Amino acid sequence: MSIESQVDQILLNAIHEINEQLPPNQKMKADKSTLLFGKDGVLDSLTLVNLIVAVEQKLQESMNATITLADERAMSQKNSPFKSVESFANYIVMLLKEQSN
Amino acid sequence: MNQQRVMLITGTRKGIGKYLVDYYIEKGYTIYGCSREPADYSYPNYHHYCLDVADEPKVRQLFADLLKNEGRLDVLINNAGIASMNHALLTPVTTVQKILSTNVVGSFLFSREAAKVMMKRKSGRIVNFATVATPMKLAGEAIYASSKAAIVTLTQILAREFSDYNVTVNAVGPTPVLTDLIRSVPQEKMDVLLRQQAIHRFGEFPDISNVIDFFIKPESDFVTGQIIYLGGA
Repeated sequence: MSIESQVDQILLNAIHEINEQLPPNQKMKADKSTLLFGKDGVLDSLTLVNLIVAVEQKLQESMNATITLADERAMSQKNSPFKSVESFANYIVMLLKEQSN
Repeated sequence: MNQQRVMLITGTRKGIGKYLVDYYIEKGYTIYGCSREPADYSYPNYHHYCLDVADEPKVRQLFADLLKNEGRLDVLINNAGIASMNHALLTPVTTVQKILSTNVVGSFLFSREAAKVMMKRKSGRIVNFATVATPMKLAGEAIYASSKAAIVTLTQILAREFSDYNVTVNAVGPTPVLTDLIRSVPQEKMDVLLRQQAIHRFGEFPDISNVIDFFIKPESDFVTGQIIYLGGA
């Protein structure tokens, strides 16, 4: 399975895990186009923290990858990597590829 | 998942950390401990890691192992700490960096990673180590006392940030206990310090575990962001 597919699966699993803790009207759609954070995003800051931690743990468990997702670079980017499921997935893939080089 | 309660203690090779391992093993905990050097003791339910508490990759690996093997973490005790008593004018920057790295960065890093594990079960206790040197503002302890002042603020703010996950964060502020940490401090300095306490004696290890017991017992789930100084500092 490609890194991209593994990351997509991890991200969707993390969304399902966080959804279990959310009331029905706040649940995220497990879809790459879902806007997560910022303008029109469905997450408040605390739920975003929970999602990031869940993804970090799943990356460790499934891919044995220890990466920090919310580092200075993520926070300083003009377009936040946490804006949507798709941008989040792309950011994770970029970090994983950097780490393996 | 391990049905036994799991505790992580930093700085367990000797002194207070070693005492806490003995004490909580006796109470039935599975314990993960760490220090820079290997431990010269072992227990079936004790797992030792050799690492610098401010080394992020190694600390994260320890937590990954703990999560994989135990599936839970009930208590973190941030005991690892270093001190250096010296006049500020004679304190090298390398000493300052070493103290801040172990005492502040280490406690932060372990607290952050512990909370990530504890939040899964929406339950956990973090106990930090402060010192009476901070409220007493002792001359000769500028950097050590300042690093522990940072721990006080860290404790109080993490208490708020982690409360959403039912993780409490408190600190115990020991008086001097006769360990390697203070063996190099001149006796007259120690006498001055003891005179400033309400109760003029050195601390004992059980004074410390008594406060930790209070912080980690189930009934203390409404106690967070608190610093308990021993000896009436």
